[in-house]
Amino acid sequence: MSETRRITLIVNGEHREAETPVRQHLADFLRGTLGLTGTHVGCEHGVCGACTVLVDGHAVRACLMLAVQAAGHEVTTVEGLSLADGTLHPLQQAFCDHHGLQCGFCTPGMLTTLVEFLAEHPAPSEEEVRLAISGNICRCTGYDSIVAAALAAARALRGDAA
Amino acid sequence: MDGTTHGPDDARMAAGPGEAVGRAVTRLEDPPLVRGRGLFAADVNFPRQIHMRVVRAELAHGLLRSVDATAARALPGVVAVWTSADVAEIPSIPFRATKVQGLEPYCQPVLARDRVRYVGEPIAAVFAEDAYLAEDAADLVAVDIEPLPAVLDAAAPPAEFAPGLHTEPTIVRKGFGDVDAAFAMAHAVIELDLSVGRHSGVPLETRGAIARYDAARDLLELHGAAKKQHWNRDEIARLLGRPPSSVHLFEGHVGGGFGVRGELYPEDLLACAAALRLDRPVKWIEDRRENFLATNHSRQQRHRIRAAVDAEGRLLAIDDVFFHDQGAYVRTHGARVVDLAAGMLPGPYRLPAYRVAGHFRLTNKTPAATYRAPGRYETTFVRERLMDAIATRLAIDPIELRRRNLVATAEMPYPRPLDVLGSDVVLDSGDYAKLLDQALDRFGWKALRESIAARRASGECVGAGLAFFVEKSGLGPSDGVRITVDHTGTVELVSGAASVGQGVDTVLAQICAEALGVGYSGIRVVRGRTDRIEFGNGAHASRVTVMSGSATWQAAQAVRAMALETAAPLLQLSPEVLTIRDGIVQRKDGATEPSMTLAEIARQMGPNSPAMRGRTPGLTAEKWFWSDHMTYPYGVHCALVCIDRGTGAVKVERYLVANDIGRAINPMLVEGQIAGGFAQGLGGALYEEFRYDETGQPLSTTFADYLIPTATEMPALDVLIAEDAPSPLNPLGIKGAGEGGTNAVGAAIAAAVDDALGQPGAVTTLPILPGTVMRLLDRAAP
Repeated sequence: MSETRRITLIVNGEHREAETPVRQHLADFLRGTLGLTGTHVGCEHGVCGACTVLVDGHAVRACLMLAVQAAGHEVTTVEGLSLADGTLHPLQQAFCDHHGLQCGFCTPGMLTTLVEFLAEHPAPSEEEVRLAISGNICRCTGYDSIVAAALAAARALRGDAA
Repeated sequence: MDGTTHGPDDARMAAGPGEAVGRAVTRLEDPPLVRGRGLFAADVNFPRQIHMRVVRAELAHGLLRSVDATAARALPGVVAVWTSADVAEIPSIPFRATKVQGLEPYCQPVLARDRVRYVGEPIAAVFAEDAYLAEDAADLVAVDIEPLPAVLDAAAPPAEFAPGLHTEPTIVRKGFGDVDAAFAMAHAVIELDLSVGRHSGVPLETRGAIARYDAARDLLELHGAAKKQHWNRDEIARLLGRPPSSVHLFEGHVGGGFGVRGELYPEDLLACAAALRLDRPVKWIEDRRENFLATNHSRQQRHRIRAAVDAEGRLLAIDDVFFHDQGAYVRTHGARVVDLAAGMLPGPYRLPAYRVAGHFRLTNKTPAATYRAPGRYETTFVRERLMDAIATRLAIDPIELRRRNLVATAEMPYPRPLDVLGSDVVLDSGDYAKLLDQALDRFGWKALRESIAARRASGECVGAGLAFFVEKSGLGPSDGVRITVDHTGTVELVSGAASVGQGVDTVLAQICAEALGVGYSGIRVVRGRTDRIEFGNGAHASRVTVMSGSATWQAAQAVRAMALETAAPLLQLSPEVLTIRDGIVQRKDGATEPSMTLAEIARQMGPNSPAMRGRTPGLTAEKWFWSDHMTYPYGVHCALVCIDRGTGAVKVERYLVANDIGRAINPMLVEGQIAGGFAQGLGGALYEEFRYDETGQPLSTTFADYLIPTATEMPALDVLIAEDAPSPLNPLGIKGAGEGGTNAVGAAIAAAVDDALGQPGAVTTLPILPGTVMRLLDRAAP
């Protein structure tokens, strides 16, 4: 019932090695074992998107992936988005500037989802941004401010004047 | 103004933006949240903690024959399993603030005793070394229930619900004027039967309770609290037989409240009792399925409403009988939603006579309580449907009909012979007709009618509708704030308020900054903690900005006066010529010298300063704002919808919320409240519903079944914030902005769907589901 495995993986650029029960999902591993509580668990059935992290650069629902499946992979959580000196990622900054969050519970999943999306779509339309976050539920904002933040971040990442 | 306590020093703020108030500044809350450094309930951990898992009823109604926890207790890692016998001494969860008598027998025990009444009702609690183990053990608890028929229709004839308990604990009756005479002389009587579906707040963060007992200080702590810390603290203490000063509640970050989060639930008591009894910190985090089954539902009502009108469409009387589906128990709100519905139904209209009977009915469903705009989302739908029906019957334009009935500015303050939440309804200020004009203009109503006609001619099924609403906000009676400047000049603001994620810290800091003359961004706001302030009424009913905001204004004014009085003799100037800019006391005329920083003044006022001999030290003030009356924001919602004839899906293309809130402390945050509130109203109008099968089994227990709007369902939303009618009841003129975005969404979309279908009065039920629309389309087909 509580069989465990020792896994090694890269989390936010750091080499990590830890024991995990084989049935533990990645979100619980990140939060409980590694203490990275920025990844939020909202539904545990893969719909709400709050637990989204990047695995090898791709957005993944950490509640639908076992921790052991992340062995040998590179995981980025919301804690790993800002620069080493603490400077906010342009998306994080844009969320602050455009009121892209209220309670902040969905925010980590929104940010990680958009990091991948903007990497692949540096100049998205508003409609494309909406589609990109349509798998992430936000109960507070009504989304418009998140879309505005994403578009502003895209401009910043492209180096356009805000 | 009567009903408001004004101290000698609390000047009203002039209209328009100030240095900090009225500015769309960024939030103090955001930096930790965007970094993933927040502290939500599940992020709280203590050494040696154990995890609680609740075993819940899987039948809607039945006799609880036995609960066998033998196998669960035998599982390694299980610390304890409790059934109702283990918590027999803990009283049922109480309710607060209701004048309705006799509801006590209907309250919920922390664990079911001899009968279960809804799917999801707690039956046993398992405590184990980790959360996965606790869930394993919960699966091993054998529950034997003898099924009974489930009561599912709140409008069915009243009957016995459980031994000695009726399906109708109470009827809330209100009214004024001679209703029967009005109907007897009416030009026309319009009668409707309307229903609003069961939906609720469903915050993205589920509930959590982390309790620990500190034996060294004989202190019980509950973390993961929200909304009503002080009332919850007092009640937890009472129910567990402890003095309130030995119990403290702590609010961290809260992942959305919307009415349901932060109420006192059975799980809070279980966690606290276990922490005391098992002598280990106890952590409970609700999962999403539990959240759908166990956290308060809301909204479900059926109204049979009649209006008597004269030949010009003026209301003579409204007579409403409604059935409120409370679910299986009375929870902390008592009959509050029924009271709100009954008291707020008349909305913005002049009404000579009114009679309402709100039947508070029990069913075998999850208990219900408040959800954003409680009682108003429902009754705005009902009232505005009624206005549209009157317009149709008398062949009057629905906008013109509303104009004829709106309370006029000259009639403000407009007392209505009704009470809501124990306070008399006095519409404090407003220019309803002006806002209606502004809204129509902003939405481009005239041009829109033309474009709708053109689109219909080309075969599209499009329509527009609107609804007017009156909100209520600033529920008193009191709230307090203590502001202290420390010897480094840092300002700390301690409030009895709470935050459910809406930006309370920023708003209170802006008001403090404006009154005191400091920058808002350095102010440290403390709230949601019972160990830092003795009393507080929390965050609900759109009350924080009104009540705690006003207390902040007064406390900051008092600190300001204190600073100027202390500085004046030291600067050898009179206090009248001094002001505070960026935390520095200096001359009003702009001269930069002589000057003194707030830090220097705070040091002068320290406990060991000779100047303070015999006086209470500190550059600090605490003020309590009192209000006898609520304040009433109002607004207009306009919707443009397009219906897919193939699927019956309703797409909202454009939407406007026009909302007069007296004064927007932070327009960006107000827009955020309105946009988010709208999205929730949209969910209730088109998507969200807790459905049950005929045996009372819930069918909406995942996000795949309970559909919350996503970014792609949001229409082009426009928000018009008006400040034409500041409230006379508080020094900043504030009216709450938390619920106006939600209030009229069901009503406006229903009107637009009617218009698109070309079938006035077609929509009688929310949510408007594609199946219903398809039937209506078929009905219209030749």
